[in-house]
Amino acid sequence: MSTTEAVVQTHLDEHGDHGHEQSFLRKYIFSTDHKTIAKQFLFMSLFFLLVGGILATMMRWQLGFPSQPMPGAGGFPDTMAPGGIILPEFYNSLVTMHGTIMIFFAIMPLLVGLFGNLLIPLQIGAPDMAFPRLNMASFWLAVPAGLLMLASFFVEGGAAGAGWTSYAPLSASGEWTGVYLGQQLWLLSLTILGFSSLAGAVNYITTVISLRAPGMTWFRLPLTTWALFITAILVLLAIPILTGALIMLLFDQTIGTGFFRPEVGGEPILWQHLFWFFGHPEVYILILPAMGITSDVLANRARKPIFGYHAMVLAIISIGFLGWIVWGHHMFQSGMNPLLGTSFMISTMAIAVPSAIKTFNWLGTLHRGDIHFDTPMLHALAFVSMFIIGGLSGIFMANTPVDIYIHDTYFIVAHIHYVLFGGSLFAIFAGITFWFPKMFGRMMHEGVGKVHFFLTFILYNLVFFPMHNLGLEGMMRRIYDPNEYEYLQPLQPLNTFISVAVFCLITVQVLFAGNFIWSIFRGRKAGSNPWKSNTLEWSVPSPPPHGNFDGMPTVYRGPYEYSHPDAADDHWPQHLPPPRGGASEPHPAPAPSLAPEGVAP
Amino acid sequence: MEHLSWLLPESFSTFGQEIDRLYYVILWITGIVFVLTEGLLVLFLFRYRHREGGKAEHSHGNTTLEMLWTAGTAVLVLGLAVASTSVWHHVKRNVPEGALEVIVTAKQFEWTVTYPGADGLVGTDDDFNQRNTLNAPTARPILIHLRSEDVIHSFFIPEMRVKQDALPGRSIRVWFEATEPGEYVIGCAELCGLGHYRMQGRLTVHATDAYQDWLEGAMAEAAQ
Repeated sequence: MSTTEAVVQTHLDEHGDHGHEQSFLRKYIFSTDHKTIAKQFLFMSLFFLLVGGILATMMRWQLGFPSQPMPGAGGFPDTMAPGGIILPEFYNSLVTMHGTIMIFFAIMPLLVGLFGNLLIPLQIGAPDMAFPRLNMASFWLAVPAGLLMLASFFVEGGAAGAGWTSYAPLSASGEWTGVYLGQQLWLLSLTILGFSSLAGAVNYITTVISLRAPGMTWFRLPLTTWALFITAILVLLAIPILTGALIMLLFDQTIGTGFFRPEVGGEPILWQHLFWFFGHPEVYILILPAMGITSDVLANRARKPIFGYHAMVLAIISIGFLGWIVWGHHMFQSGMNPLLGTSFMISTMAIAVPSAIKTFNWLGTLHRGDIHFDTPMLHALAFVSMFIIGGLSGIFMANTPVDIYIHDTYFIVAHIHYVLFGGSLFAIFAGITFWFPKMFGRMMHEGVGKVHFFLTFILYNLVFFPMHNLGLEGMMRRIYDPNEYEYLQPLQPLNTFISVAVFCLITVQVLFAGNFIWSIFRGRKAGSNPWKSNTLEWSVPSPPPHGNFDGMPTVYRGPYEYSHPDAADDHWPQHLPPPRGGASEPHPAPAPSLAPEGVAP
Repeated sequence: MEHLSWLLPESFSTFGQEIDRLYYVILWITGIVFVLTEGLLVLFLFRYRHREGGKAEHSHGNTTLEMLWTAGTAVLVLGLAVASTSVWHHVKRNVPEGALEVIVTAKQFEWTVTYPGADGLVGTDDDFNQRNTLNAPTARPILIHLRSEDVIHSFFIPEMRVKQDALPGRSIRVWFEATEPGEYVIGCAELCGLGHYRMQGRLTVHATDAYQDWLEGAMAEAAQ
């Protein structure tokens, strides 16, 4: 028995007892089942997505209607919004916490926690993660981290207000912001969350390497799993850098060390180097899984193999690599040696190449396809079209001289939202609507889904596209009231317009929330494979039982054999044995531990 | 609606035009790529939408095409990077000779400008300070020694295309040469605390002769 089989066998022994009744607590709360943990991450992240959205709404109230009482804010404490009028220090907390919560508690756990947990074991044909208890610990570390983050709003001095990037020395001492405990809770919360992410990452990496079903060679992995695998490696290597920096900053705050405080010999720019050495790989942590999801949905709904599968995998890997040598492009104007700026500009431009490969290959996938416009597909297409904008606007900022003017203006605010909302969040909507039937056994409502998509897509662009123009007019980011500057006063109507669009954008999310909750209970029953997909998760019932597969599946082909001339149907699932005497299909590759690398599908 | 322009506001420094030119080159390139890719996307969505009995083509890709667009992108973006390096070095590294020198010290939430006194040198005893007002002549570069007393600020003069973070514990050299007399805004572009939004200064650019008059007046005033 090979090592792999031994691991799988242990799993089957532990979890294979399908008939066994579990207590409520073991089944829903402290579950070790990857599918339950995925749902826990889903519910937690959707809650934080809502919180982050509400924070954005308050921020936009101040920008749209400066220093007017915010409706419904009459009961806010005087330290935040006396008489409903948002204070500058509370505005800074809103800016900081919106970014922090969206990135660390909404987008990242949705992409990595939800889809990583749900899809990795199912797509590779494994009964569960390699370390189910560690997986449970990963979720239950994220919960206290989230609670600490929320609690920081209610402590003396309010929540952290030094930006989600928490540049020292502003963040290194409460003397500069008036925020002491709030900043420390922010640091503690992210430190704990880091351990949660690490527990997830080692699990994903081990699972993909050692628990692939027989015949599931590396180049038969669905691109979502590929992306999640590379993402997990990035998490494993990037998070410790952040955690180290967070602890150093916490020491500066609490016990008087001076890592980042120049008055005692520290170096403020060191924080930026550490933060962005984590922070740029983090950007790819937030986009690679989204690219994987988009690829899977696009190929499925266009009923066509992904264009250039190998190039897509290589692009994911090279983005993962190049992501480590571009962090300085956040620091062109920081006082870092300008010579370094040049080398970071060149590496940053280089990363445009794999990004372009992906975009062209998505277009190639659609070419001569048989395109079905279901809700997941609409969201995936939105991802492609918005990622193009986010990618192109990145070229402006990668260019060091042009960056001089647009750095720290609304241009970057527009850019990051085109990548993280237009990109990641649309892919998340695509993924949730696509895999909803696998999670809950029912379909989401298609009509409501489409209305939600179109309204979100239009309003999203109304909100974020004009922010490019605000940036070009010279409006700085993170300013409480642009009207302080005479040359920004003419921009007030545009700012008000954007704010009203934000309020509408948040409001139409009710459609998604309603559809989501309604469909869990009342949605049309989904069979095991409603999208006629090829990948292994669709070969088992929806939702799959504890242990996932009835015995070990065998994989015979790549994940994107749609519309194959030899197949009877327009899809050809990975686990179906080739027809007897069919010469076109090779024998299944041997078990993964013995498989030679690089076997083409 | 107003202010939805993709044109940059006019610039008034010698290197401003070089930066703006790069911006417009990138705007054209990205604009063309944008129209092509989004156009193809919409075209494919329309042309290959599902029809009754329709079937997709079974194809795994086209290596020649992939090589072509990979190489094309690489040449384009790397070419762009190389073409921009000289402007970057001109702005950030090559401080011209004979510049007028001042010290700008940032602190929450104001800019203090230190001018040289009668000896024409900054950092000597006869220096004098002004709060939130920087004065500069045209046709002569001004070299600013940028410092901070507390946290990181970012010294931003939009119309001069100048932006540089001010770091506590360091002195960073920033320069520009104004081309037009007039009043310009100095802003703070890096979140620096609750008064970040009102950390505003003013740059007055004088014609060359007028600058000398202003300097003499200011020195006399400071000496009183």
